[in-house]
Amino acid sequence: MNDAYVLPFEWPVVEFEARIAQMRAFAEGQGMDVPEAFEPLDREAAAWRARIFGSLSAGERVQLARHPRRPTARDVIQALSDDFYELRGDRHAMDDPAIVGGIGSFGGVPIVWLGHHKGSDAQDRRHCNSGMPHPEGYRKAIRLMRHAARFNMPLVSLIDTPGAYPGEDAERHNQGGAIANAIVEMASLTVPTVSIVIGEGGSGGALALGVADRMLMLEHAYYSVISPEGCAAILWKSAAKAPFAAQALRLTAEDCHALGVVDEVIQEPPWGAHRDPAASAAFIAEALQRHLSWLLALSRSELLQRRYTKYRTMGSFSEVQE
Amino acid sequence: MSFLTGSRFSRPRRASSESCVRKRLKETVWHFCPQCRCLVARDAWFGAGKACQACGYHARIGSRERMRQLVDVGSFVELNAGLRAQDPLRFVDTRPYVERLREAYDGGRRDEAVLTGTGCIGGIPVALAVMDFDFLGGSMGCVVGERVARLIEHATAHALPLVMVTASGGARMQEGVLSLMQLANTTMAFTRYRACRRLAVAVLTDPTMGGVTASFPSLADVILAEPGARIGFAGRRVIEQILRQSLGADFQVAEALLRDGLIDQIVPRWQLRGELMRLLRLHAPKPVGAGSLALVGTVQ
Repeated sequence: MNDAYVLPFEWPVVEFEARIAQMRAFAEGQGMDVPEAFEPLDREAAAWRARIFGSLSAGERVQLARHPRRPTARDVIQALSDDFYELRGDRHAMDDPAIVGGIGSFGGVPIVWLGHHKGSDAQDRRHCNSGMPHPEGYRKAIRLMRHAARFNMPLVSLIDTPGAYPGEDAERHNQGGAIANAIVEMASLTVPTVSIVIGEGGSGGALALGVADRMLMLEHAYYSVISPEGCAAILWKSAAKAPFAAQALRLTAEDCHALGVVDEVIQEPPWGAHRDPAASAAFIAEALQRHLSWLLALSRSELLQRRYTKYRTMGSFSEVQE
Repeated sequence: MSFLTGSRFSRPRRASSESCVRKRLKETVWHFCPQCRCLVARDAWFGAGKACQACGYHARIGSRERMRQLVDVGSFVELNAGLRAQDPLRFVDTRPYVERLREAYDGGRRDEAVLTGTGCIGGIPVALAVMDFDFLGGSMGCVVGERVARLIEHATAHALPLVMVTASGGARMQEGVLSLMQLANTTMAFTRYRACRRLAVAVLTDPTMGGVTASFPSLADVILAEPGARIGFAGRRVIEQILRQSLGADFQVAEALLRDGLIDQIVPRWQLRGELMRLLRLHAPKPVGAGSLALVGTVQ
């Protein structure tokens, strides 16, 4: 594994594992075949990892959600749908690579896939703006949502963005309005919709693809109203306080589930989806299959009524009689 | 109190002399415009709704005052006044959220960042939502979202036109992802409002930023703005940090938004009520068949 992608809290155990590997290579070089000699060491390393990953702080969870090797939306779509046909462009100004979408079958049913794409390597990430869409990207998403409604296909969206792109042109091209229109379009879709937060769920830029009948979230993903850094800069007046902000914002998958924003937390392979993308995709496929088949059994009016009630009752307040 | 009469405290300072002048002005018929530093007749200043007609400066005003300026006298009925914010995350930054909330309530002077209800504008009944920047930066938390959503539902049920005046820094961080969900909550209510074919007007005032621009105001049929209002999704400083250069003075200002085609009109505060009346009259529901009859009349 490339050293550059080792997260700070993983370092001690990664070093330990490297030592074991060295010793094993040395033993094999000497012609010794003693796998049982390494067993306690391997057990120790696994226990250490489990300890670290069992007590991750919210700030460390955010680092995991941002892991550069974490499977992107494109990876997940390709793993779940082998006949994916990509559709591109907003039919108006440009094709925003930060939004990926198209048609592909899943479990024998053609569905419309939509997602934020962060990019697979450094160059691709620059090209995709690290998954931060421009207003044109949201207009592309709207176009794909209409496609789903027109051909009566379920829509599955994969959320993985630090937020909408903050730029001069993005503002002049109505970033806020584009997001608002994507939200209203998705809210009024007449087909079943499922959203999965697979990495970063960054604010309005994420919600634009996330008003769905079923909201799922990977174990090590986060979903928040503002990035921990942004929150720390405003409330603590220092971006260095981001770990505290991450803790206070309650942005982890379990917290979002407890707050009622997310319907189900999808398990990840041990030590993060990036360790075993195929296993992670299998967990996603299982959950998606279950929720989609349940939604497909509902009538259109029931679907819309349930979605309306779901989002109209989200929030926490008290009511006093005046 | 001899220690207070020492030279340090008794020496007259320039700042205090200016505030002294201002204090005396307050008692007379003149008002001192903070932007152009002109003397404005108090009647003109308040007649324009706390704006300077000479330089176009618009002072920030609270939601109750704005409501008084817009609706016919005595016609306003507040809705859902009893909704109160909770602290779902038990959020603590440098201070606990509950403490900030208590301070913002200010002993009952303000009760949330939005005031909603029904009233008449020039005799036409409307549903109104007016945001208040002085309550935690006009931030949209669960109560703001719920009040707006319930108002939109009320407007849908009674087929009322909708007037929404915004002033907000964005979503309320202290309520975390639940305040983000208020974008979905208000939008969800709006999907049904569209079906009843009544006019929705948004009036964007200084400042309207962040999450609020990504929900109900942007969905309005007609979008108006006050002169000089700062309106945008991402904060100016954030964009400057990313671009590593400073942006023009008119970036994210109402006048630039008008040029870029993001809003319909810029309306000074002293004309707002009149413009709303005109718009509402033009969109008054027509009885079936009446439209064509009137048209025949004009042709003859």
